[in-house]
Amino acid sequence: MIWTTTLQLAVRALWRNKVRALLTALGVIIGVASVITMLAVGAGAQERIARQLENLGSNNLTLRSGTVTRGGVRTGAGSNTALTAADAAAIGGLPGVVAVSPTVRTGVQARYRGSNWGTIIEGVTPDYLQVRNWTLEAGAFFTARQVGAAVDICVLGHTVERELFGLVDPVGEIIVLKGLACRVVGVLAEKGASNWGNDQDDVILAPLTTVQRKFMGITHVDRIEVQAEDKTAAATAYKEIQRLLRQRHRLVEGQGNDFRIYNRAELASSAEESASVFAWLLGSIASVSLLVGGIGIMNIMLVSVTERTREIGIRMALGARRRDILWQFLLEALVLSGIGGLVGVVLGVAAALTLGHVSEFEIRIAPWSVVLAFSFAAVIGIFFGLHPARKASDLQPIEALRYE
Amino acid sequence: MNAVPAVIRLSGVHKTYAQDGVNVHALRGIDLDIGAGEFVAIMGASGSGKSTLMHILGCLDAPERGDYWLNGTAVTRLDGDALAAIRNREIGFVFQSFNLLARTTALDNVEMPLVYAGIDKQERRARARAELERMGLGERLLHHPSQLSGGQQQRVALARALVTRPALLLADEPTGNLDSATSGEILQLLKTLNQRGLTVVLITHEQDIAAHAGRRLRMSDGRLEA
Ligand SMILES: Nc1ncnc2c1ncn2[C@@H]1O[C@H](COP(=O)(O)OP(=O)(O)OP(=O)(O)O)[C@@H](O)[C@H]1O
Ligand SMILES: [Mg+2]
Repeated sequence: MIWTTTLQLAVRALWRNKVRALLTALGVIIGVASVITMLAVGAGAQERIARQLENLGSNNLTLRSGTVTRGGVRTGAGSNTALTAADAAAIGGLPGVVAVSPTVRTGVQARYRGSNWGTIIEGVTPDYLQVRNWTLEAGAFFTARQVGAAVDICVLGHTVERELFGLVDPVGEIIVLKGLACRVVGVLAEKGASNWGNDQDDVILAPLTTVQRKFMGITHVDRIEVQAEDKTAAATAYKEIQRLLRQRHRLVEGQGNDFRIYNRAELASSAEESASVFAWLLGSIASVSLLVGGIGIMNIMLVSVTERTREIGIRMALGARRRDILWQFLLEALVLSGIGGLVGVVLGVAAALTLGHVSEFEIRIAPWSVVLAFSFAAVIGIFFGLHPARKASDLQPIEALRYE
Repeated sequence: MNAVPAVIRLSGVHKTYAQDGVNVHALRGIDLDIGAGEFVAIMGASGSGKSTLMHILGCLDAPERGDYWLNGTAVTRLDGDALAAIRNREIGFVFQSFNLLARTTALDNVEMPLVYAGIDKQERRARARAELERMGLGERLLHHPSQLSGGQQQRVALARALVTRPALLLADEPTGNLDSATSGEILQLLKTLNQRGLTVVLITHEQDIAAHAGRRLRMSDGRLEA
């Protein structure tokens, strides 16, 4: 039979039952639209997480002093004094390590003329900016020599600058921290809130040694941030650092680490993994509605075959072959699901864009997700249309003709 | 044997229907030869098996036993597609209840067999139109069956049966639903077609219609009477 004629036949048959066809297609429309929307939400979430991880520095390792069992008493992480700046320097010599940043931090009250502001002072080394993926807005950062000499200088976070100086340019000014006069040499670029919601710009940076000696009276460091070349280098460095520090800290076999080491790359990949699981979960929940739409098509096609049994008989009596009848009904199901799929794509994209505008969700409509949703609809049309079409074409001419 | 080559040859055809565990022996061994250009009327009591025989002749149903040759082809050995082709090209079928597609124009109804014959749109249109005009329905091309009288509907059905130029026309009580005046018109049409060479097999209950046939057969209880 000629294809255009069969297609015409299918369209005409659907047109005769417009409302019914529309309601049936609605199942597919909703299914396709929700698959597209859900995949867009999922992909958006994935992208957002990827970007946050980027910010976090996914090639980074973090070291903190760890628990050591001393006479049965386990102290919490960070509560002992195992890590030192010398450890950091040693780590800096490992292959694949790009930057190392030992830090200490404590609370401090900052004063400038009439204003004062309670914030955190962090003792850092020149590598800090690179490791934190941060830049300066004004002035300069500390040099290694200034860190070695424990000079009384500081760099202000954006929030501190605003609170203490307002419109005044702080570079070159002297602020008083815990009674110590410090010269401001630079201002950090604004970084905004962290993933956990705290203000990262509410900080004062000073040379590590200055904070250790003059503010805290300690010689150890709280944490060491290590940046590796890439994810693989981070994994290698993870092992190398453990070996190095165990040796430096003279830990014998069977003795636990006196430090903790966290691999951001691992964290990142598990976060990325859960984001993609989330995306697929959303997509598959939506696919269920598409499946239900397909069942709707099957239902209505079965009704249609029954209603038109006599027509099938007449067509067979006049020379229609099995495959002519099969295609007539299959094409009808395909037209239904195809039109439903197209309308669903339009509505789904519109819904996703609207959702992106009015809600917090980040939306990312991947072209493949549109193709996927539409092909899924087409496959469902074939799958659920095949059974009714088979049923129609399996009829014997005389039985179909006699059907009342 | 006849000098005329047989269009239809049945030998020992049986057909049994199983209904609710009871077997109805509708055909009990039919032997029949019909030659090209004949006009045959089949009569008989209700339930004697006339329609059953007609469905087998029209390749709408298969005999349970026995053989059927149509134009020399052993129909009983053909598959579904081949039978469909035969129904399409070699046989025209007219029913008592017209069996036109509802909500479909006369033109589209008549075009339908040509669709399955794989003929393109333009030629289909032209041939269907010509056939309807031949039946005197030139003014009714775009009418739906519900907008036509019984006689007009049967003429559309006749046009549809003949549009593929079959050599054989089977008509199962074609005038059964029509008044006598309209019946006469249809009969006249059939006679004209027969005179132009069409082989016609007709089932009827009416003696005066059968009287027009060249040959009358009588069925009773699944057998042809001599
Ligand atoms: N599909 C069927 N299932 C069961 N029995 C059937 C079926 N079709 C016909 N019969 C039976 O077969 C017998 C012959 O039926 P058929 O329709 O051939 O008779 P007919 O001569 O055409 O009668 P009528 O003049 O009333 O049309 C009848 O007894 C009928 O009940
Ligand atoms: Mg009958």
